[in-house]
Amino acid sequence: MPIELQAVSRRVDAVDHISNVSLTLHEGCVNVLLGPTLAGKTTLMRLMAGLDLPTEGRIVLNGVDVTGRSIRRRSVAMVYQQFINYPAFSVYDNIAAPLRTKGLSKAEIDGKVRKAAQLLKLESSLEKKPLQLSGGQQQRTAIARAIVKDAELVLLDEPLANLDYKLREELRVELPRIFDKTGSIFVYATTEPSEALLLGGRTAALCEGKVAQFADTAEVYRRPLNRITAQTLSDPPMNFAAMVAEGDGRVALHFANDNASGVVPFAASPLVAQLPPGRYTVGFRAHHVALSPRTTASVKVRGEVAVTELSGSDSFLHVDTEGGERWIALLAGVHERPPGERIEIYLDPERFYIFDSRDNLVVAPVGPTAKMERT
Amino acid sequence: MAQIQLENLAHSYLVNPTQSWQWALKPMNMTWRQGGAYALLGPSGCGKTTLLNVISGLVTPSHGRILFDGRDVSRIPTEARNIAQVFQFPVVYDTMTVADNLAFPLQNRGVAKATVAARVRQVGHMLGLEPIMNRRARGLTADLQQKVSLGRGLVRSDVGAILFDEPLTVIDPHLKWQLRAQIRRVHAETDVTMIYVTHDQTEALTFADSVVVMYQGEVVQIGTPQELFDRPAHTFVGYFIGSPGMNVLPARVEGDRAHIGSQVLQLAQGIAATASDGKMEIGIRPEYLRVERGGRGLPVQVRRVDDIGRIKIVHCLLEGMPIAAIAGEDAEIPADGVMLVPEQTQIHVYCNSHRVE
Amino acid sequence: MQKPVDNRAWFLVAPVFMLVAFNAILPLMTVVNYSFQDTFSNNQFFWNGVQWYVELLDPRSELGERFYESLGRSLAFSAIILAIEVPLGLMVALSMPKRGAALALCLMLMALPLLLPWNVVGIIWQLYARDNIGLFGWTVNAIGIPFNYTNSAVSSWVVIVLMDVWHWTSLIALLCYAGLRAIPEAYYQAAKIDGASRLLVFLRIQMPKLQRVLTIGILLRFMDSFMIYTEPFVVTGGGPGNYTTMLSINLVKIALGQFDLGKAGAMSIVYTLITLSVCWLFYTVITTREGKEGAAS
Repeated sequence: MPIELQAVSRRVDAVDHISNVSLTLHEGCVNVLLGPTLAGKTTLMRLMAGLDLPTEGRIVLNGVDVTGRSIRRRSVAMVYQQFINYPAFSVYDNIAAPLRTKGLSKAEIDGKVRKAAQLLKLESSLEKKPLQLSGGQQQRTAIARAIVKDAELVLLDEPLANLDYKLREELRVELPRIFDKTGSIFVYATTEPSEALLLGGRTAALCEGKVAQFADTAEVYRRPLNRITAQTLSDPPMNFAAMVAEGDGRVALHFANDNASGVVPFAASPLVAQLPPGRYTVGFRAHHVALSPRTTASVKVRGEVAVTELSGSDSFLHVDTEGGERWIALLAGVHERPPGERIEIYLDPERFYIFDSRDNLVVAPVGPTAKMERT
Repeated sequence: MAQIQLENLAHSYLVNPTQSWQWALKPMNMTWRQGGAYALLGPSGCGKTTLLNVISGLVTPSHGRILFDGRDVSRIPTEARNIAQVFQFPVVYDTMTVADNLAFPLQNRGVAKATVAARVRQVGHMLGLEPIMNRRARGLTADLQQKVSLGRGLVRSDVGAILFDEPLTVIDPHLKWQLRAQIRRVHAETDVTMIYVTHDQTEALTFADSVVVMYQGEVVQIGTPQELFDRPAHTFVGYFIGSPGMNVLPARVEGDRAHIGSQVLQLAQGIAATASDGKMEIGIRPEYLRVERGGRGLPVQVRRVDDIGRIKIVHCLLEGMPIAAIAGEDAEIPADGVMLVPEQTQIHVYCNSHRVE
Repeated sequence: MQKPVDNRAWFLVAPVFMLVAFNAILPLMTVVNYSFQDTFSNNQFFWNGVQWYVELLDPRSELGERFYESLGRSLAFSAIILAIEVPLGLMVALSMPKRGAALALCLMLMALPLLLPWNVVGIIWQLYARDNIGLFGWTVNAIGIPFNYTNSAVSSWVVIVLMDVWHWTSLIALLCYAGLRAIPEAYYQAAKIDGASRLLVFLRIQMPKLQRVLTIGILLRFMDSFMIYTEPFVVTGGGPGNYTTMLSINLVKIALGQFDLGKAGAMSIVYTLITLSVCWLFYTVITTREGKEGAAS
């Protein structure tokens, strides 16, 4: 029962909000729309819901073209960032509201409401009014109302954004379980990479109204097909540097300000050595930067500490490299380094993502699973 | 510049609070040194916003005093307190340019024109606002607007403390990293006392030298990020800081041994027998549980592994109780025969939710 | 915003369309028809081309003179009441209590004049301002200022302006009050922290945030006052002389008093066009400004 977007675009006043998006979303696992503010997440959801019409393209639900069908005649449920409930109804009546319009028997309604309440751990608050509840419970109520409908499509637009960090964490763990247990197609918009990774499922990385990549979340994280996707899925942000391949197996990092230390040659893996000559971009994640060489192949880069942030278990070093780049290093443990201190950091070429001049991925690190198989 | 002292400070929105829950803030004593970076961390309803409002002067505390550099300011209005505040949603003067926004607090205080211009330039440079100094504040992105509102606090040479009320709420994740680092850098450069209120542990821990964890109107622990992480004084701190939070398991403690169901844990040091009256619990952070196959440790049953990229969170059952461990990015988690090996020095004992030394 | 297409929706619009046609388009067409004809008694009509329009717009003709004079009066009236009601309404809104019983009382009192029918307001002021039995008129005379709206141009204008201010300032005040309530508390707090004076809070926070409601308020009040008929008609009947004969009153005099349907028709059309173009001007100002904001943010 998939929903298919076929080359969908939406333009308002000659500005592209969504351009040429094709996606097929299935039930059974959550579909995450990930991207920064104004990337087009909400617009895409409104198109799926039928609140807006695409300028071009078709929307096909379960094999039927529903492009022009109004939201009233579609089976859609939505959950918003704000906690939207009927303030005068009890939690029970809030959850039951979409069922009452369907003309089900009392017993049927009761059964469904209690099942949804159980799934969302609301059994003890059924008689309360939403405003007597915590933010987390209010949002649980809204989610319960969305799933009780058995809608074909359930859209969640940053549902956890207004919740406390810890409540978010709890719901993030619980939500996939709820998604698995119902037959609806779930679409979940978020700005946070960590949320996408925790939810699992499949992720569409959005940027400026385009889908940069759509695949299993772990796959998108490990093999981002382009620089935008890599950027979108990294938190802390991915670090980048320019790289030049000579074509004869020699490769080097080239830094922005081109002084003597601006060129750092490194030992290339066979895949990298085979790259045709030209300019490339190297990307690597913050937790793959080390303060000591891990292998003989490690690449040494000199820099200066700009800011150190400690998070208890980890340290985030913001480093201004001699080459003029600002990188973030995520180090396990406490590394108190005062700003201005000169340090050497080490990069592991095996962890490099290499993008060509058009920002498409040409070499990805050897995946951990592949590595396991070899050993 | 100011040192802030709270003396027996407490607040209730009711006239005569009798029950514990009627206190928005329970009595507390604290000294925040001049130039420090502090964070108030806790879930919604823990009293952190009330405390911030007491400091800013929006709420007059019902009990106790608040002192700035020894001067009692409990009943002095906001405008006379020499504080600045950055709000959850950016507050800028829409119709004015960025430069005029920055100059505004100084002009209102009748500072000489040349000084204003110099300060505005300096702060604009510090916050990297130079390219947009002449743009109108309306229509700037949220992160720039937040910088402008921070700048309005920084321009004042007399500012004693800058208060941040969840300032990164509306900022995109990538920009959060930049803005956070910038705030920290500004703190290092200016030596202004900064107090940062948030429910987000990452923001609190990365910002502050000293984090005040609040829970139900009470301060449960004050400490450096590392202390909070490695020595949580209360099970709530263990749960609230770290993600996932600390594993807290009911246990029977005898001397230097803890019994969890039929399992026995060796503690680094014994606890006094008298401390063991009451509800006893063992706390171990997921970071300090190594996932191994076989060997000596706690035998668990793996329920689920969440691959969140940098690490894997292994959700297990120990004697029917949920317990989480963290494994590396490349770790392979066997399906059965899994043992969790705890780091002995990182096992904490709690009696009635408070840590036993 | 685009909505799904379903052509059956047109059927739903049909009743409204017919109603509008019956109510607005047909009468308007009749008026347009009249404006090109001359009429004598017995419902006899003669084609007159654009003659009425030429005469109307020519200030040297008798009709043109009447038109320009009354148009001038109408514009002056709108300008005066706007100049009083907008600042006054703003001031009232700024000084209204923020909560509690005082607020409820305030809102109720302010809503009262808005609920009164136009002719009732007219009668109230007609009586209130009389120099012999009206409290207002009598008091003003008693303190030594000669006041009689039946023979003094100034007096009659004072009455109709006061009447409109009394009747409609609440509208501006309520609009502004709603606008002020929508400003988050954090702005005021920030202004306090920045040491801004009351005046600067008004100029830098309240005014920018009120721009939109004020524009709408001004538009509403302009339209209403420009077309005002009932109240001055009830109070002064357009007099003394023609001193308070607004465009609308003039129009009725020509149409019903003299039964010059052609002249009245032409005047109606020009009147409508003026009103429409002012509306359009306001609309463009609002939308372009919002468009600019939208693009910037």
